Formats: sequence, structure tokens, C-alpha cells
Amino acid sequence: MSKIKGKVLIDRERCKGCDLCVAACPVHILALADQVNARGYHFSTVQQPDSCIGCASCALVCPDSCITVYRQKVEA
Amino acid sequence: MKEEVKLMKGNEVVAEAAIRCGCDAYFGYPITPQSEVLETLMQLRPWETTGMVVLQAESEVAAINMVYGGAACGKKVMTSSSSPGISLMCEGLSYLAGAELPCVVVNVSRGGPGLGTIQPSQADYFQAVKGGGHGDYHLIVLAPNSVQEMYDFVSLGFELAFRYLNPVMILSDGVIGQMMEKVVLSEAVPRWTDEQIVAQSGSWAVYGKPETRTRNIVTSLELEADRQEKVNLKLIEKYRRVAANEVRYETFQCEDADYVLVAYGSSARICSKVVEMAREEGHKVGLLRPITLYPFPSGAIRELADRVKGFLSVEMNAGQMVEDVRLATEHRAPVAHYGRMGGVVHSPSEVYEALKREFINQ
Amino acid sequence: MAAEVEMKPENLVYAKPRLITDKTMHYCPGCSHGVVHKLIAEVIDEMGLEHDTIGISPVGCAVLAYDYIDVDWVESAHGRATALATAIKRLRPDKMVFTYQGDGDLAAIGTGETIHAGNRGENITVIFINNAIYGMTGGQMAPTTLLGMKTATTPYGRDPRLNGYPYKIGEVMSLLDGVCYVTRQSVHTPAAVRKAKKAIRKAFENSMAGRGLSLVEIVATCNSGWKLSPVEANRWMEEHMMEFYPLGDLKDTEKK
Repeated sequence: MSKIKGKVLIDRERCKGCDLCVAACPVHILALADQVNARGYHFSTVQQPDSCIGCASCALVCPDSCITVYRQKVEA
Repeated sequence: MKEEVKLMKGNEVVAEAAIRCGCDAYFGYPITPQSEVLETLMQLRPWETTGMVVLQAESEVAAINMVYGGAACGKKVMTSSSSPGISLMCEGLSYLAGAELPCVVVNVSRGGPGLGTIQPSQADYFQAVKGGGHGDYHLIVLAPNSVQEMYDFVSLGFELAFRYLNPVMILSDGVIGQMMEKVVLSEAVPRWTDEQIVAQSGSWAVYGKPETRTRNIVTSLELEADRQEKVNLKLIEKYRRVAANEVRYETFQCEDADYVLVAYGSSARICSKVVEMAREEGHKVGLLRPITLYPFPSGAIRELADRVKGFLSVEMNAGQMVEDVRLATEHRAPVAHYGRMGGVVHSPSEVYEALKREFINQ
Repeated sequence: MAAEVEMKPENLVYAKPRLITDKTMHYCPGCSHGVVHKLIAEVIDEMGLEHDTIGISPVGCAVLAYDYIDVDWVESAHGRATALATAIKRLRPDKMVFTYQGDGDLAAIGTGETIHAGNRGENITVIFINNAIYGMTGGQMAPTTLLGMKTATTPYGRDPRLNGYPYKIGEVMSLLDGVCYVTRQSVHTPAAVRKAKKAIRKAFENSMAGRGLSLVEIVATCNSGWKLSPVEANRWMEEHMMEFYPLGDLKDTEKK
């Protein structure tokens, strides 16, 4: 069996913690961190990486170009 | 286009000069007494010959900002207007000076303030020389006194504008703009290529970042105070170079003069007659005609100040250049002003009477 | 078959656009400007126009747009971007020339230049960010501010008797014969982002084909000015802005 899976990388230092990616994620796997980055923002993080479908919704709505998305067919 | 000798209006020769010196674009808006510049260009249709762009803008504000855009993309661009229109252009002139862009702006000035009059005046001296727009900046200001100089200064203006990357103003007036004189129209030269512009003034223009360089940004914005101060210091250094190298003036019978008239543009033509009238009556009078109003020929006036009995600054205004004449003399000789206003052009005998009243009969 | 997603180029679905610079944008968190910048950068790259584009930035929050998209830029005086663009495009007709302007810059102080550039049919693209407020100066009323909307200069809400009515510049521009394309888009959802990108591409193609002026209005948020979180601002925009500024094409002379 195989399924489409995604992988999201977030540039936490570039992130301003606006929360738009969190709201845009259809599978609700993102959340803002409790910690802050060097500029004091609660950056976005992937909470359930295994559930990512690689749709890139988060990256599309990110105003600061912090998000890189990969997608691949992998073994289920 | 070969060299030609013609009888033409001052305003018309600006159009001829633009085409023949390889100007890339003219953007303008009608206003009396300079509308013939745009009319002549539209009549001559240079876009069919040299490829020069000519566009009637919706306002002077738009026209000067088209000049800003055209200059930013590395082209020889110009506009012309008259006093109220130049007031509207002053914001743009400040931006052009701040972004260090070359252009030529012709002011065929008329009487003010406000809507004023459409008759000739020299009341825009302060505006041209002292700023007009906001911030610490200077235009290079050329003052033609003939139709021939109106023609010649367009090409000279572009030469100076590109040498110093600074806007140049030709401060003329309704007399020069409207009068007809013989003029020698020089043989046309081709428009510059991008390579020629880069070779003479560097790679600052925006025309689509080529693979050979990083992106160019034309801006007059610096948010950090110490960086903006560096911009100001760089401009001041440039104005010093301009003052050291580009002062232009003409003297007429100043060698033995007891009294010197200082006048530019059409007023200087009137004053040369005054010199003749005074000399016929045995009074040693001379004339100093600033050709560049910025930089001002302060050194020449300072030299004369040690040996003359007085200067009369003759301007068609309430007394503007007289301040610079007075500063230049360093109080070594008395300075007075005479001038008619509101579009009234003073006669030689009026000026002569003023000279007698202020100095000769004292 | 791999067990995990491998970070290989062939698996890449989204990354920071190549023409977006590494400089951190000065915009507030969640500001729509950043998304629109990305779309412009992507379209320029996809159309192969990196070396043939000249952008004109406004006065307003996007004044520093030239720091973020890696093409040649000129910074304009307030409201005059389309006058600059007119000259640049006429002098360099083979280049892609676009302006990037907010509602204060374009629809207040620059209304005259915008309308006349449209009326002359200049072959340029105008990217118009409409967030119904002056962001940079601290949230004052814009011509586009909705009735009843509170801003720093309409503290009791915009009252038409005092401040007139919100200005639909897109509709006004669509009446002009020199304007070939007017569309109103937004970037608040992934689907909206995709549509907005298509609109920007179409506008740039119009400019290169010499069809006249294209205006892409982006109904956007200013969460700082609106005093809402970015997510709440998107919701408020959907509920209020889009009722008055409905999305979709207002004019497309290419459509039969």
C-alpha cells in the first residue's frame, strides 16, 4: 500500500508567528510554539508531522515565505 | 538634420534643441507663456525620426513625475512650464535631486504670486536658486538672454545634468520665450545608447536588471538618520564641485567701471543698453551678467567690489538676486536693487534713472 | 518506495520564491503585502522576466517593496507611480513595468495619475492593495474605508455626511477605454492565493502584449490598523470588505 505524504519545514527565525498557516492547514497539524525566536515571535511548528498531506496551504498563505513543503508517495 | 539658420521664437527653439541634441523624451502640460514648446514638438513629430517620446501629461505634477520615471530608467528627458506650473513640479524636483537623477526643466517664467500674470517676470529666482521643493538640495540654474542661448542651454543642460547627476533648470522668462531672433540650429546628434550612459555616469539606471549586475534601486528614501546624513553630505560635496567648476558669467565694460549693473536674462539685455546710455554721458558703468544663477558668480562680484562704487541688481522682481549680490560683495561696496514687477518690463531709461538716483547723483 | 518523505528537488511542492530576497520584511505579522510580493516574484520568474521587469514602489507600507523582490525598482513620490510607469514603459516598451500601490497612494493622492494612465491606455500593470486604511501613518481613514469603520481619523466610525463614501476605484477604472483588465482578488485562503496569482499573470501578459492598462485590486487586511489578529482580520474582511468590494473580474477585454 502507498499513500501521499507531506513534509513541512518552517524557517523559525524568519517566522513572525502570525498564525495564518495554522488556520489554513486543512488537517490541523500546525501550532504556534510556546517558545519564541530571536525576535520574540512564537514561531509556527508542525505538531503532527505524520498527518501532513503536503498540500502547501500553509506555505501559500505565509506572508514571510518561511515554509518549504515536500510531497511524495510513500509506503503506508 | 543639418545645421540651419532660422528666425524663431525662444519657446520653439527649445523643441528644436531637444530633438537635435538627442533628447529621449519630453513630458509637458500647456501653460502660457511656454505652450509653444509642446506645440512645436507635436508639430515636428520626432517619434517618427529620432524616436523621441513626446507626451502631453494631465498636469505639471504628472509631467515632472514622468520626467522622474524617464530619468530613472536612464534616459535624457525634459519638461518645460511657467511659474505656477513649476511650483507644482517642485515636489518632483526635490525627488529628482534626492535620487540624483539628471533632467532638464525649462521655466519660461511669468509674474506672480498666485496665478499672477502671463506677462514676463523674473520673480522665480528664489524658487529656482534657493530650492522650491523641500530638503537640502540645489538645481543647476542656467539663465539664457537670447533665443540662441535658449537653444544652446538645452544641450548644455543635459551635459551638466549627466555630469553631476542633478536636475538642471533653464530659468528663462516670457520675453525670451516669446521673442523671435535669428538662431543657429546645430546639426542633430544621435540619442545616447545605454552603454554610452553607463560609460559616462555609471550603472545607476533601472531598465530591467541584466545578468551582469545586481538590481538597481532608484530612491530618495533613507530611513536611518545617519545614512540620510551621508546622502546630504554627498550632495553638499557635489554642489561644491559644481560651484568650483561650472560658474558662468559675462562682463561688459567692467574694466574701468565705477558702477556695475548685475542682471540676467532679458533684464541683462536691457542693461547693456543702459551701459551705452551712461557711457555716452561720461559715466563709467559696466554690466555683469550671471549665466549660471546656481552656482552664482560670487567670486567675480567679490573682485569687482574692491574697485567699484556700487552695484545695482536689476531684476524683474521685488529684489531677489540682490541678496546674493550683497552676500558676494562682503559689504565692500554698496548694493541696491531696481526692478519692475507684475509683468512690467523695465525700460533702459528707467534703469538709468534708478542708477543715477541710487549712486551717480548721490 | 521510500518510507518517509525525502527532501529531494523532485518532491518539492513549495519553497520561498527565488526572486524573494532573504531580507526579513518589515511588514507586521500576517500582513497581506508579503503574500502579494511572493505572487509577483513567482509570476516574474515563471514568465522569464527577471531581467526585463521594472517595479515602481509607492509611498505607504510598501515603500520598501524594492528590498524584497529582486528586480530593478524605482521608488515614487506619493501617488505618482503610474506617471513614472508611463514614462518608463514608453521609453522602454519591451520591458514589463508595474506599479505596486496601496489605497491611500492610488485612490486618494494618486487618483488623477491612476485614472489618466488608464485613460491613455498605458501598457502597464497596477497592483492595488486595498485594505481600507492608511497603514504606515498609523491607521487613518482611506478613501476606501467602509462606512461605520473606525480609524484614527474616524474614531466614531466613517460617517458619509462627514467623510463621504468608500471609493470603488476598480469600478471607476473599468469604465475607461484604455483599461483592458480589472479584477478584484484576495489572498486570505490558499484558493484565493492561486486565483490572485493567475490574475497577476494575466495582467503582466496584457502589459507585455500591449493591450492597455491592467489593474489587479487585492482586497487585503491591515490587522494592525484594524486592531485584530491576522486570523480575525481575515474573517472580518470576508464578512465586511467583500460585501462592498466583491471579488471577481470587473473587466476583461480579452474575454469574448
